Amino acid sequence: MATIVAPVTPTTSTVREGEPHPIRALILSRVALGLITIVAVSIIIFWATEVLPGNAASAILGHDATPTRLHALELQMGLDKGIYSQYWTWISGVFTGKLGVSLASGLPVWSTVSPRLVDSAVLVALAGAIGTVIGVALGAYAALRKDKLLDHVFSVVALAVTSLPEFVIAIILIILFATVVSHLLPAVSLLPPGTYPWNSPKDMVLPVATLVIVIVPYLYRMMRAAMIEALESDYVEMARLKGLSQWRIVLVHALPNAVAPTIQVIGLNFLYLAGGIVIVENVFNYPGIGTGLVNAVSSRDIPVIQLIVIILAGFYVFVNILTDVIALLASPRRRLPR
Amino acid sequence: MDAPAPASSDAEGIARTRMRRHQFLYNLGRAARTPRGKIGLVLAGFVVLVAVIGPFVAPDSSSAFITIPYSQPSAANLLGADTLGRDVLSRVLSGGWQLILMALAATAFGVIVGGIAGVSAAYLRGKPDGFIMRTVDVILAFPQLVFALLLVSIIGPKVWIIVLAVGISHAPQVARVLRSATLDISERDFVKAVELEGVSPSRVMAREILPNLVTPLTVESGLRLTYSIVIMAGLSFLGFGIPPPAPTWGFMISENLIGLSSNIWGVAAPAILIALLTIGTNTFTDAVARVSIGIEAREQLPLLAPDIGIVAS
Repeated sequence: MATIVAPVTPTTSTVREGEPHPIRALILSRVALGLITIVAVSIIIFWATEVLPGNAASAILGHDATPTRLHALELQMGLDKGIYSQYWTWISGVFTGKLGVSLASGLPVWSTVSPRLVDSAVLVALAGAIGTVIGVALGAYAALRKDKLLDHVFSVVALAVTSLPEFVIAIILIILFATVVSHLLPAVSLLPPGTYPWNSPKDMVLPVATLVIVIVPYLYRMMRAAMIEALESDYVEMARLKGLSQWRIVLVHALPNAVAPTIQVIGLNFLYLAGGIVIVENVFNYPGIGTGLVNAVSSRDIPVIQLIVIILAGFYVFVNILTDVIALLASPRRRLPR
Repeated sequence: MDAPAPASSDAEGIARTRMRRHQFLYNLGRAARTPRGKIGLVLAGFVVLVAVIGPFVAPDSSSAFITIPYSQPSAANLLGADTLGRDVLSRVLSGGWQLILMALAATAFGVIVGGIAGVSAAYLRGKPDGFIMRTVDVILAFPQLVFALLLVSIIGPKVWIIVLAVGISHAPQVARVLRSATLDISERDFVKAVELEGVSPSRVMAREILPNLVTPLTVESGLRLTYSIVIMAGLSFLGFGIPPPAPTWGFMISENLIGLSSNIWGVAAPAILIALLTIGTNTFTDAVARVSIGIEAREQLPLLAPDIGIVAS
């Protein structure tokens, strides 16, 4: 199931010379589809936020703006131009960083969002990496202890945790480690936006822990199922009969084969994290794009909302493509045309 | 042969529909008799009971300022006071029914829209399939909570827009799951047979295919209900639910968070109720999936349909 080398299949033999290899064609079409999706998404974000009553100029100046000042600002912001030209200005601004100013703070949009983006990226990367390691390890361990007490306890805990909203998990952690039971860690991050989390690692512990607890159960379940399948396979049986040590069988023979089917779940976990940070950052007042988005929605700061949503959607599409491509490369079965 | 054939197939169709309706209740009934199902039903049932009866038995008004903010539980205020000195118990009792109603409405909307889209895509194939699945890809590019936040930021935090936003954000996942289930069924002989009789596609989908989707629809609805509750509560936690001073469990948690060490119940009571509700619905759904698909199949679910095993926020 999880061999890395593709078997020679009838479909590959029909490929004529000069045509791209089917797997390359599949990957290219997947990437092209992703690019089309992200363009469609950007049009939707732009169009939806333009439907708003009143334009950005009147939002900046407020109700008591004189028509002359309003008109002057509209000219300056390019709001008198057609919608296509405005869209072009915006979408090219996403890449060049020229996106105008935040309606709430008056500072350039890109420089308000970029430090937050770094903070969130650190949070997602840490939580994703730690969660992946713990999930794989727990799943593999539970598979080895299948149907023992510990396995049952793990399954019940996993089911309960998957049902909990992230803010409930965050609050349990705050009660345990930051307020009522003990005061080991800060309950809210006091980092002002613009400072980076590695300046104050203590502030990162609870947000990262919350996200790790949320993503581990999915990976655990998948890993456990895949590991059980691997342990019951012929090649593990063969390794046992050869008299290899239990450690060697598990780590060298079973584990690598069980990890391949979990790639998709790891990808899904990163997708979850893109949305999950919105709630978790807000619980802990972590200065990332999640709190940035909620602040922007509260103050209807359209340019900031547009940028953060397109970043999150872009990340989503990117991770989706990456997961599909890796899954495609890792499992020969999927290389056949559907 | 010509005349009675459609009639008998019609009768068979009705009989089948009836049988499947029985199957729906049968699945739920069997799930309710398993230990897991019982636990789920009791937990969710308790919270629903609190939410429904609560507003009528609340000792105080949910918006009256009656004592010192964050005062500890006492005989007069069994769960103490919240950030503005309002009775926590009364607010908890009055603040749940909107969440449950809105989550149910969003789930129904998402499952119906996603179901129609998924079944049509799989059965009609070709251009409709391409169009529906590309639309699905576009909506799937937004994290569910972010999609809801985007709609709320455009139109404002109104009840219908929240329900609509959460419902639409569910539709793609439902569509994907039902599309793959329909692809299998539409190849079966009984579908081919009625197609040869010249029955219209919409009739085939409604009478022949839909009754065979009862199991995935039931499981999918249960999962979506849990996620609806999580997202709705999350939105109101962020301050985009029903506007204050109306009590909502989600917003109670965020407004009382600063006073956590003075009176824990302002945060803990709504958090516990939300947790019991989502654990209840999820556990019951798990029990339904186990009895209707088979115990081991539940473990394989993430393999078959990768996106149904994840709380999408």
